[in-house]
Amino acid sequence: MSLAPPAAYRTFIAYVEDLPGVLNRITSLLRRRNYNIVSLTVGRTERPGTSRMTIVVEADEDAASRIEANLYKLVNVLWVEDTTRAATLVRELALVKVKADASTRGEVMKLCEVFRARVVDVGPEALVAEITGNADKIDGLVDVLRPFGVIEMVRTGAVAMLRSAEATDVKAA
Amino acid sequence: MTGMTGDARRTGAQILWEVLVREGVDVVFGYPGGAVMPAYDAMLQYPIRHVLVRHEQGAAHMADGYARASGRVGVALATSGPGATNLVTGIATAMLDSIPMVCITGQVGSKLIGSDAFQETDITGVTLPITKHNYLVTHVEDIAPTLRQAFYVARSGRPGPVLVDITKDAQQASTDFVWDDRPVRLPGYRPDRKPGAEDLKRAVALIDGAERPVVFCGHGVVAAGAGALLRELAEKGEMPVASTLLGLGGFPASHPLSLGMMGMHGEAWVNQAIQEADLLVALGMRFDDRVTGKLESYAARAKKIHCELDPAEVHKNVRADVALVGDVGETLRALVPAIAKRERRAWLERIESTKGDCAVRDIQTLPHCGRLFAAHVLHDLWRITEGKALVVSDVGQHQMWEAQYYKHDFPRKLITSGGLGTMGFALPAAIGAKLACPEEEVWVVVGDGGFQMTAAELSTIAQEGLKIHVAVINNGYLGMVRQWQQFFYGGRYSATPMRSPDFVKLAEAHGLVGLRVTEREQIAGAVAAARASTDTVVIDFRVEQEDSVYPMVPAGADLHDMIRRPSPLVEPVQVARAHFAPASASETADS
Repeated sequence: MSLAPPAAYRTFIAYVEDLPGVLNRITSLLRRRNYNIVSLTVGRTERPGTSRMTIVVEADEDAASRIEANLYKLVNVLWVEDTTRAATLVRELALVKVKADASTRGEVMKLCEVFRARVVDVGPEALVAEITGNADKIDGLVDVLRPFGVIEMVRTGAVAMLRSAEATDVKAA
Repeated sequence: MTGMTGDARRTGAQILWEVLVREGVDVVFGYPGGAVMPAYDAMLQYPIRHVLVRHEQGAAHMADGYARASGRVGVALATSGPGATNLVTGIATAMLDSIPMVCITGQVGSKLIGSDAFQETDITGVTLPITKHNYLVTHVEDIAPTLRQAFYVARSGRPGPVLVDITKDAQQASTDFVWDDRPVRLPGYRPDRKPGAEDLKRAVALIDGAERPVVFCGHGVVAAGAGALLRELAEKGEMPVASTLLGLGGFPASHPLSLGMMGMHGEAWVNQAIQEADLLVALGMRFDDRVTGKLESYAARAKKIHCELDPAEVHKNVRADVALVGDVGETLRALVPAIAKRERRAWLERIESTKGDCAVRDIQTLPHCGRLFAAHVLHDLWRITEGKALVVSDVGQHQMWEAQYYKHDFPRKLITSGGLGTMGFALPAAIGAKLACPEEEVWVVVGDGGFQMTAAELSTIAQEGLKIHVAVINNGYLGMVRQWQQFFYGGRYSATPMRSPDFVKLAEAHGLVGLRVTEREQIAGAVAAARASTDTVVIDFRVEQEDSVYPMVPAGADLHDMIRRPSPLVEPVQVARAHFAPASASETADS
């Protein structure tokens, strides 16, 4: 039994076969087992025919181990790891469009700088900031920009990678 | 010879049958239609028996029954659209009970997919959550390898249904048929797991140290063919064995260490023993809510060893102290020689003592009051067939009475829909079972409600010339729901009284034999007549209408918190009055 406190969010890395419908199998599984997906990103990997997903799910410790076991039951899933407790790099990209006219632009840009966000578009009434980081960092930027008026925001969802020098060990792939 | 063998050019439809023949399929249950016509046309050249069903749900249940009776993969075949969607209930049934089954469906031409063409349904999408895996095949070259994978996935690891949807143009196109009989390798699929040596050691220590162990025989024991090993384990450690519904027969009911069925309608002493146990050794079962009752109070004093093939089942409902993930047979092979030989007399005597008033609450031992109870039918059927029949039960009260009164000594002799609880399952599943095991004496035990859901398959029985006995436990109600209404809904019988056709005439209309039994004295004669008949016989047993299944653990209640059958020997006055009341107050609904 683990003494770790239950975590609200769990992050999984999954390697899956790059075949039609595989994403649907993953989301269908999580839906049917009644787990709420916080974010899910998918893209190609260095291996041809293999996609990689980073899945963030609301789950406690017990649920997390069952999610892992259930994902493994999908024939097209090659490798899964719950990286919540592991030393992991987690990054998310966000674009935030915030109101900024001549009177506030300087202040907004200064705040962006503090958060190491890049201003990628500037118009007379608004600007767009691009920020990469973990969810807390992005939330922090959004919080300080909110008083100026956030017009819209788009976030990619998290991507995760283990810190160790070893490559993620996809034995079966 | 192993490896790739090239043969000659074949159409996709022919390749389908080439693969089925090589997978050892001898019978397919199906129903033709537009998108599967090429396959049906090609079928005529191949030595596989086809059973024409009356509804595709029947095809899926037949394939399921075939698989449960034989342990081999059952095959159902249907067309696109409604043909495919009609399979859905049968697929879900097989999924929840881990039955190896391959369902093949025709699909509209690949160019038409997504266009809402005539009889187009996204059946791989529909069946995604109720199959172990499924495939959409749009190219003729993919048919052979995909079907081969499908059979492999269906039967390996924790078995389950696999659906293969093949477009009409793929069936019509031709290619060189290549049969690759090397072992199937799927990169992400690892069906073979073995428990770790450390975990085995811990399990052995727990078993050796337990004073009040109970071993659970689940469906996994039957599926793994591990009955003999379980027997060795139980005898070596003198440990009593309780069964789940689907585990019945995995351990002989007549064995002195057999306790019987556990759970909602398990015998009182079985549930009591579980609640008093200091160790549960759960083999191939998943602690379903019908087995555990309220989880918080379930076997609170017991350590739990969970032997289970599917890691996703471990810690799902009940936290295991030791999880032995792997094939139950393999696990038992490791456990049996490792555990200490010892006696557990005191524990067995303790369980015996808790039987207490169970006997006097058994309908069998109550004074005969001239009325026919379902339990009489099942008990007498068991006695007359010497417990050797293959019984296929449906879902509801009769299913529980069957489980209680027909004592199964052999595995694969009780076929029933446990997980999904699919009414209408029994009759078609029995057809599949009979075709898998033609030598078996097959009895369908079915309620008047479930029988009418799939009674059209009587026609299939007649067309195929099968001999299957059908015992309709006819009480004029949807009995299990009526029972819940009686216990939990103030006796308000909402939509449960049911009028039925004359089942005797229904049998006769199909060219079969129909008999009616209204008194206990007639049971033996009717059963003997059925056994002597060359045709299928349907016996309409007009049983007590408002009898209930006892004991009963209400859903979500503590496992030891059972509703018991009132007995005139325990609660004399009011029960006696009810028990001996004239039956005229409750005439059958259709008379």
